[in-house]
Amino acid sequence: MSTATFQIWRGERGNGKFVDYATEYEAGMVVLDVVHKIQAGQANDMAVRWNCKAGKCGSCSAEINGKPRLMCMTRLNQLDLTQPVTVEPMKTFPHVKDLVTDVSWNYEVKKKIQKFTPRKPDAPDGTWRVQQADVDRPQEFRKCIECFLCQDVCHVLRDHNLHDKFIGPRFLIHTAQLEMNPLDAGNRLKALKDDFNIGYCNITKCCTKVCPEEIKITDNAIIPLKERVVDEFYDPLGGLFKMFK
Amino acid sequence: MADYPVHEFDVLVIGAGGAGLRAAIEASAAGAKTGVVTKSLLGKAHTVMAEGGMAAAMGNVDDRDNWRVHFADTMRGGQYLNNCRMAELHAKEAPARVRELEAWGAIFDRTKDGRINQRNFGGHRYPRLAHVGDRTGLEMIRSLQDHGIHQGITVFAETTVINLLLDGGRCVGAFAYDREKGRFMVFHAKAIVLATGGVGRSFRVTSNSWEYTADGQALAYKAGAALLDMEFVQFHPTGMVWPPSVKGLLVTEGVRGEGGVLKNKDGKRFMFDDIPENYRPQTADNPDEGWRYTQGDKNARRPPELLTRDHVARCINREVKAGRGSPHGGVFLDIAWIKEKLPNSVEHIKKKLPSMYHQFKQLADLDITKEPMEIGPTTHYMMGGIQVDAESQMSSVPGLFAAGESAAGLHGANRLGGNSLSDLLVFGKRAGEYAAKFAKDNGAGRVNPADVDAAAKAALAPFDRGAAGENPFTVQSELQDIMQNLVGIVRTESEMQEALGKIAALRARAAKAGITGNIEYNTGWHTALDLDNMLSISEMIAIAALERKESRGGHFRDDYPDKSAEWGKYNLKIVQGPDGKPSIERMPVCPLTDEMKKCIEEQSK
Repeated sequence: MSTATFQIWRGERGNGKFVDYATEYEAGMVVLDVVHKIQAGQANDMAVRWNCKAGKCGSCSAEINGKPRLMCMTRLNQLDLTQPVTVEPMKTFPHVKDLVTDVSWNYEVKKKIQKFTPRKPDAPDGTWRVQQADVDRPQEFRKCIECFLCQDVCHVLRDHNLHDKFIGPRFLIHTAQLEMNPLDAGNRLKALKDDFNIGYCNITKCCTKVCPEEIKITDNAIIPLKERVVDEFYDPLGGLFKMFK
Repeated sequence: MADYPVHEFDVLVIGAGGAGLRAAIEASAAGAKTGVVTKSLLGKAHTVMAEGGMAAAMGNVDDRDNWRVHFADTMRGGQYLNNCRMAELHAKEAPARVRELEAWGAIFDRTKDGRINQRNFGGHRYPRLAHVGDRTGLEMIRSLQDHGIHQGITVFAETTVINLLLDGGRCVGAFAYDREKGRFMVFHAKAIVLATGGVGRSFRVTSNSWEYTADGQALAYKAGAALLDMEFVQFHPTGMVWPPSVKGLLVTEGVRGEGGVLKNKDGKRFMFDDIPENYRPQTADNPDEGWRYTQGDKNARRPPELLTRDHVARCINREVKAGRGSPHGGVFLDIAWIKEKLPNSVEHIKKKLPSMYHQFKQLADLDITKEPMEIGPTTHYMMGGIQVDAESQMSSVPGLFAAGESAAGLHGANRLGGNSLSDLLVFGKRAGEYAAKFAKDNGAGRVNPADVDAAAKAALAPFDRGAAGENPFTVQSELQDIMQNLVGIVRTESEMQEALGKIAALRARAAKAGITGNIEYNTGWHTALDLDNMLSISEMIAIAALERKESRGGHFRDDYPDKSAEWGKYNLKIVQGPDGKPSIERMPVCPLTDEMKKCIEEQSK
């Protein structure tokens, strides 16, 4: 076993500091293992949120050496252990304690988005017929584990604090999977423009870079949604065409 | 009673995984004022980890499938200790529950003609699992969550229930704390549904998340409810074995469904060596036939890798014990070999098993499209749990319902893969429906303030002991070793007696657990409060396993290695005796109707 130093953010409601913990580690460990080891041995009351430890639930989001990542999917061999490793909570959400933040805003945002609204079934038994090729794209967005790392890194939220105006990448892909679901008959374009302010995104793709599910958030969801909004509301020729339709 | 916030509901659901959310949706749709309490954030419950799919005899891929076959498969898989009425309801209602999920926004993988696709799985005669790649649980929980948030259900996230409150013999409420602030609260409800999942956290090697601390089983038992089949714990045959930090992490049965094979260190496919008699007519006797089955050839029989989980887990155990295991104490699971059969195998594997590809690449530096995985058995599922009425899911305590993994009955001695997700939907719905009905038919009960004050006092005691008390993490860790080593996959009388002695000693130490720091988001405190549930239920697993002197399904006794016809007549039931200690009794299994017997006979050919 070798020893490494982890600097973990300790404190409550925004007041805190990095505390150094020297700990032993072995091959194959992930950052969450180290945090648990420190918690069990040196800091019983340390707050950390986690569930599956398999990259499937999206609970253990944090900033490791300044980068937004899942602690359970960050192996130590990806880090330089000759230097102290910093682990701190996501910065875009209100701090609660140690590594835990208040992400409840995300759950409120989702409620505002029109829910799945199915079209009439295709078959008399109430079922639908859809080709796999037509659901590949929405299925990509439904891989999302709601870790909110994309929200954490989005500068509209992180730097400009526009939580009350902009829904962030997570909910743009949520809207995209609804809009691109061949069974859905809802329409969320006006809300995207007026309420969710999709125009605030200037496609810097930071969200795509941090997505642990490797969803192409910007290219496959946000840009096509922007195009739909433009087609609907800002296309003069299309507008004329619609007038005479 | 101290001045705690009081929340009033018609139906309170404890747990927000598949069963809890489905129950809440149903209760709320029936007009009941419904609350959901969850230990985690919404959408993070253990259901999220389910991979392979949900079993429902829709017959989309093979039209020979129907509820009679699904029923017979479930009964045979459970070695006929199942509650047969639950197995019947489950087989009949699962297809409607899956279609309903689609109507709520789930996007399943499709067949060529555009219907919901279904895949092969262990113990299921026909391709039956509706799925989304290997992340079906995520699809399910997200669909329920996104549907549920528009239904007016009140969610209490990161809130843990520590006591059920009784009025006479009836369950009328719950006492809880919120994890973030550490504040206590009282729930006053006309009916309560327990949907708290399983017990895996009491074992060292497990595929389960931290939440699986046996809360529902322990809460129900303490409230006077009967527990059933506690000896039947499922050890999933394929968990990761390396690196050590991910030991136990699930490798979906879907890998074998897609053609993956098990080999020992000599490269031998050992599963052909031991095919149980009652499965022989349906099992391939050569590799080629097995491969054809996985590729949808209706005339081929299933490969032996797709025998039931209990059997496959024991075969792997045997290979390892005989010194034919892999370097890190498992065996090899090989899907990469299909490149001999499919020219585009790399893309095919990535498309069919995306999370497995991702998981091994990221956590073990291994490319499953090129190399075999190392796997071994991992504690996965609790067949036993709270005894419930098949139709209504009400426990033996009036007003207290249970559904999903926390309830017992459907799976008998061994659960078939894919029957869990469908269980959550079928019986989650029923629990919600009947809880709402119970709430309508019965007025509110009365909560006894003295019970609340006593519960609060006990919960705060670890703070009084402070740093001088026992470290709760240490106690939990020792329990995991005891259960893993002494009440695990192979059991004997002397080891289980030893386990009971050690659990009793740990219980005395857990009662002295001490906590430092304040009450806000204090994970040490949370762990200290979980210990009592974990220890109580671990004890009951050992008691039931000691009592059942035979080997059947998930329960294997080295000292009684054979199945006994006599023991096949009984389930084991545990209730709290007058002395406060668990009392165990035999209960005759639910009798089969003539039609059920016919279903089973039809499928025994």
